Amino acid sequence: MAATAIPAKTTVVQHTSPVLSQYVRKFLVKASFTLFASILLLVFLSPFGYMVATGLKNQQQISNGFLLPMSPIEYEYNGARYPLYNVPDNETGAIHQWALVTRGREESTFIDPANPEAGEIVWQGRWRTLDPVIRFDPQWGNFIEVWQGLNFPRVFLNTLVVAVFGMIGTLVSSIAVAYGFARFPIPGKNILFMILISTIVLPTFVTLVPTYTFFARIGWTGTWLPLIVPHFFANAYNVFLLRQFFMKIPREQDEAAMVDGATPLQILVRVIVPQALPVIIAVSINHFVFAWNDYFNPLIYLLGSPELWPISVAVQQYNYAFGTKPYLVQATSLLALALPVVIFFFAQKAYMRGVVITGVDK
Amino acid sequence: MTAIGQSDRRFAPKHRGSGMERSLKIWGIIFLSPWIIGFFAFTFLPMVASLLFSFTDFNLLRPNDVQFIGWANYNRLFSDPQVAAASGATLRYALVALPVAIFAPIGMAALLNSHNLVLRRVYTTLFYMPYMVPVVSAVFIWQGFLNPQSGWLNQFLASIGITGPDWINSVDWIYPALVLISLWATGNAMLPTLAGMQGVPTELYEAAKVDGANAWVRFRRITFPMISPVIFYNLILTVIGLFRYFDIPYILGRGQGNPGGATNLYNVYIYRNAFTYQDMGYASTLAWVLFVVAMIVTLILFVSARFWVYYGGERN
Repeated sequence: MAATAIPAKTTVVQHTSPVLSQYVRKFLVKASFTLFASILLLVFLSPFGYMVATGLKNQQQISNGFLLPMSPIEYEYNGARYPLYNVPDNETGAIHQWALVTRGREESTFIDPANPEAGEIVWQGRWRTLDPVIRFDPQWGNFIEVWQGLNFPRVFLNTLVVAVFGMIGTLVSSIAVAYGFARFPIPGKNILFMILISTIVLPTFVTLVPTYTFFARIGWTGTWLPLIVPHFFANAYNVFLLRQFFMKIPREQDEAAMVDGATPLQILVRVIVPQALPVIIAVSINHFVFAWNDYFNPLIYLLGSPELWPISVAVQQYNYAFGTKPYLVQATSLLALALPVVIFFFAQKAYMRGVVITGVDK
Repeated sequence: MTAIGQSDRRFAPKHRGSGMERSLKIWGIIFLSPWIIGFFAFTFLPMVASLLFSFTDFNLLRPNDVQFIGWANYNRLFSDPQVAAASGATLRYALVALPVAIFAPIGMAALLNSHNLVLRRVYTTLFYMPYMVPVVSAVFIWQGFLNPQSGWLNQFLASIGITGPDWINSVDWIYPALVLISLWATGNAMLPTLAGMQGVPTELYEAAKVDGANAWVRFRRITFPMISPVIFYNLILTVIGLFRYFDIPYILGRGQGNPGGATNLYNVYIYRNAFTYQDMGYASTLAWVLFVVAMIVTLILFVSARFWVYYGGERN
């Protein structure tokens, strides 16, 4: 039974190798899955790459076929500029960087920048098959141009005023209303809350025409007021989010403060708000980003007042006017998205939790 | 939906007098008052007003000459070829957009929920990020990205031997293009879906594995029912979004319905009537008909939820 001894030996080997191969397999599965996700992500975000690359190009660079803003390197010879090409030597095959002087179908003449005294060199072959010598040549000036063209400081200030005042309005009102719903014995409260939530479902236009007519009648069109004042009357999403959070704060703390003689308003300010800061930050960012992105309301109320335009309408109007210059269009798009995206990266934890609470609790 | 029911029945302990109760009631109403006033001023009264407007020939070009014209606007609506065209266009877009808006967040969340993905939080943040891009930027970025000559998508397609379509200027490809733009907002529906998937107890999967269920069966029988409330929430939000869909087709079609009326969706048509022709009476009629349709659709969805949305035992 010599055979039994060999299996005994091999089991030792087999015992370690499956563990190792399992480890390798697990690693390979993870690596390939992560690679797959990375490719998807790259595809998903590639329009950003297009925007940045195009925003840094000029008209020639858009049509020269390179993804990035590349320019041909040129060499000045006898007062004229000629593009450099990588030219393989007809005899040795070595690559020279020569400037193309005269273009021909089967043969062209070049000049060697390293040795211009040698004069023009005749090269056999089709110059169209040659690779041009290029350099990375971003047009940072595009951003200066759109910064001035948009009057960005002005537009930025307009957007900031609308966003900050609306944010104050929605915070004060939504916190008060959410506190009312979370803590007080109001008759018909559940029905009121249902009505509040159901306003989310309303199509915009069903209330818009009379609201617009009303604002036009009292002379508010052509001012920022229609973009700010309505936010002082609470918003269903924000109330829902804040109420969910307030209800998780233990009631004992309110009651202890009440025994000490605090009024409900004092309890709200001293007990509830300090504990709800994360969700209040989420609501603030949410509103700021909403106001920054809002295109519809400024379009309706401010179309005739270019000096009041926030960034959304200003960028759209600018891009309609400069649609034939894709690099300017992409540069303004980048200017418009920079701040919301930066805010998102700084506050993503609070912000994303707010989205999750609204989605999961409802 | 459970959150609405779980309110406080007793704020004050029982031994406190009814005077206390009354004062709390008053405080509560004071706290609610911004919303109550706002609801009347910006929702209820405007809705009643637009219903009234819909029976008039109210036009802002001659605001002092308003006549009640009965059902004339409604008769006009049902015989208006532009309404039929705009409704058809909206419906065609919705048929392309709805399945994508439902399945893309599930797919993305499943990817980000996989234990085989390294650095899941980083990927989640990056997949969410395009949602933060302002709609105006997103439209212009995609318009360039989809350009048949200089856009990267068609350049990529050309490199693998496919001639890409002229997305933005083609009546056939404009809806897929709109869907691509809206894909960038997938993150907002993906996050709650992901949270829902993370909330599924792992014992369920382990038990199913022991019973020999494969990955698809586990998804179909465990994940899907467990996250069905989130899917329902996404569905409702998507449908609401479709009934409000305006910015992207308006900017992309330059308010003219380009190409060939394909972006002249129902809301763009309302906008044109209200703000180009200033015909507030007819615009209100269009808006009210949309509102009634939206209510019916939402109601149908809520009724259907009984048959496929699972609210687990511990949630009630």
